[in-house]
Amino acid sequence: MDWQALLLSIKLSGVTVVILIPFSVFFSRLLAYTPFKGKAWIEALVMVPLVLPPTVVGYYLLSGLGQQSWLGQQLDHWFGVQLVFHFSGLVVASLLVNIPFAIQPIQRAFEAIPTEVRDAAACCGMSRTKILFKIELPMIWPGILMAFVLCFSHVLGEFGVVLMMGGNIAGETKTIAIAIYDSVQAFDFESAGLMSMLLLLFAISVLAMTTSLSRHIGAGSRHEN
Amino acid sequence: MKIDSFKGLICQIEQQSPIRLVVNFDCKAGELLAVVGSSGGGKSTLLRMLAGLSLPQVGHIQCGDRLWYDTASQKSLSPAERHVGYVPQHFGLFPHLTALDNILAGLDHVPKQERMLRATQWLAKMKLSHLGSRRPRHLSGGQQQRIALARALVREPELLLLDEPFSAVDWEAREFLYEALLSLKSSLNIPVVMVTHDLKEALLLADKMMLMDNGFMLQQGTPHQILSQPKSEIVARQMGLRNIFDGIVDTHSEPSGSTWLTWQGMTVAVPYQQSLEEGMKVRWTISNLGIEFANNLLVKQQVNCFVVCIVSLITMGDMMRLTVSLQENNQRLHLELSIQVVNQLALVQGGETMMMLNPSFIHVFSSSD
Repeated sequence: MDWQALLLSIKLSGVTVVILIPFSVFFSRLLAYTPFKGKAWIEALVMVPLVLPPTVVGYYLLSGLGQQSWLGQQLDHWFGVQLVFHFSGLVVASLLVNIPFAIQPIQRAFEAIPTEVRDAAACCGMSRTKILFKIELPMIWPGILMAFVLCFSHVLGEFGVVLMMGGNIAGETKTIAIAIYDSVQAFDFESAGLMSMLLLLFAISVLAMTTSLSRHIGAGSRHEN
Repeated sequence: MKIDSFKGLICQIEQQSPIRLVVNFDCKAGELLAVVGSSGGGKSTLLRMLAGLSLPQVGHIQCGDRLWYDTASQKSLSPAERHVGYVPQHFGLFPHLTALDNILAGLDHVPKQERMLRATQWLAKMKLSHLGSRRPRHLSGGQQQRIALARALVREPELLLLDEPFSAVDWEAREFLYEALLSLKSSLNIPVVMVTHDLKEALLLADKMMLMDNGFMLQQGTPHQILSQPKSEIVARQMGLRNIFDGIVDTHSEPSGSTWLTWQGMTVAVPYQQSLEEGMKVRWTISNLGIEFANNLLVKQQVNCFVVCIVSLITMGDMMRLTVSLQENNQRLHLELSIQVVNQLALVQGGETMMMLNPSFIHVFSSSD
């Protein structure tokens, strides 16, 4: 059992959700309520990581943010930041790959709030910020929780993008998914089995929780409508 | 009208897209205006514009001496600044808050220490003191409706907006709300705009009505005015007038105050209207109130008296729906009478009786309207 890889994976998942979830709340609200030109294209772009092979996403990140790329050179020159083969690069990759897992449930939850409720809140004299914090957030929490769980578990099991962007550096970019791959390569099936079982149990728990939350959201919106 | 001194709501809206809406009306303080029309006619859009929840392309909305929206001077107040009380069709209660907290949500404009007292007072007024800790999902439709009304009124609004307020509640709750609304209407002394597609409800509660169709205002006035003098056939049909006929202007008689129409080989007297040229094709209608029955054959001496045969009698609750056919030209009329009146007049299916059309309840409009 590679505890260091497990802890790194948990750290990567934690950092990803802490950055991604607040951003997704504001961006999902924009997508749910604000009509603007090119909205359909933005929504399609958000979904791209779902249908693109992770290695393809990893390849583009590698070539777009690597030392040879213009952006990579600028980041290094101005901020001294090197993303490829570093933990920070894994964070950037995880953020991009997990955008649909965070945006989708939160956007659906925002859309499930009846217009009448938001109208009534505005007529009660509440500002947009107050409506968000006092009315909308308490109503969309199952969506936020679902996004949190989905992103956390997805980052935990991410393999292709992590390998392409971070390689396999112990303590820096070697996550649990890569550790399993490494163990199998080294014929250490006991460790591979243990780590796989851990991820499997985690995945089942997460799926059960998200299914239950989906029902909760569905029942809630049916009731209010 | 002198706009500056008008105490009430003045609304002029003209919009072609995304939803067409052309209206121009006013509603005095203490008056209830019922906006009546079929679904999709722009009624709810109008309410949202009055509340400031959406903005018209061109418009002028003023309440009392405060200008809320004006495209010419580019003025637009937010819903919070307009201070409206809004009761949406399905109440729009905040599902995660208790009934008391829902009412408290409308009290941001008063000092914190006063809020709880005011909210509990409104709960008591709505006879819901014992249900303050319940969330909306644990309240009946009528109770939810009363909480929504309390939340709207606790703001001490300058305008009260009601969107189909009685459509989602049962009969008992509806009766309570009718009474509550009628008593509040005079005590609040603010304009009340109520959207409904239920004509009976509008006639029962409204001081003034505005009929809408496809985003256009068809007619406004008191319920009696619209019922007795519909501007067009569409208005007449929206008002539930089913007896609408063709006629040709025959002669005028100014001394008797009558204009005579030819109606399928018979003549019918209508109120004198000099503007109608002789030989002109017109449409005419008569409201239920203007149709009278009599067994006494002597009444045949009077104008607009016809022998009719009762084609059908259908019981609908405590009322009966009658269809009668005129003996002389086979024209059919429909009307509603109480069961008591039907019994008093001994009206039976297949029987003959005398029917009189009271000229003062007949309204004529151009056949092109």
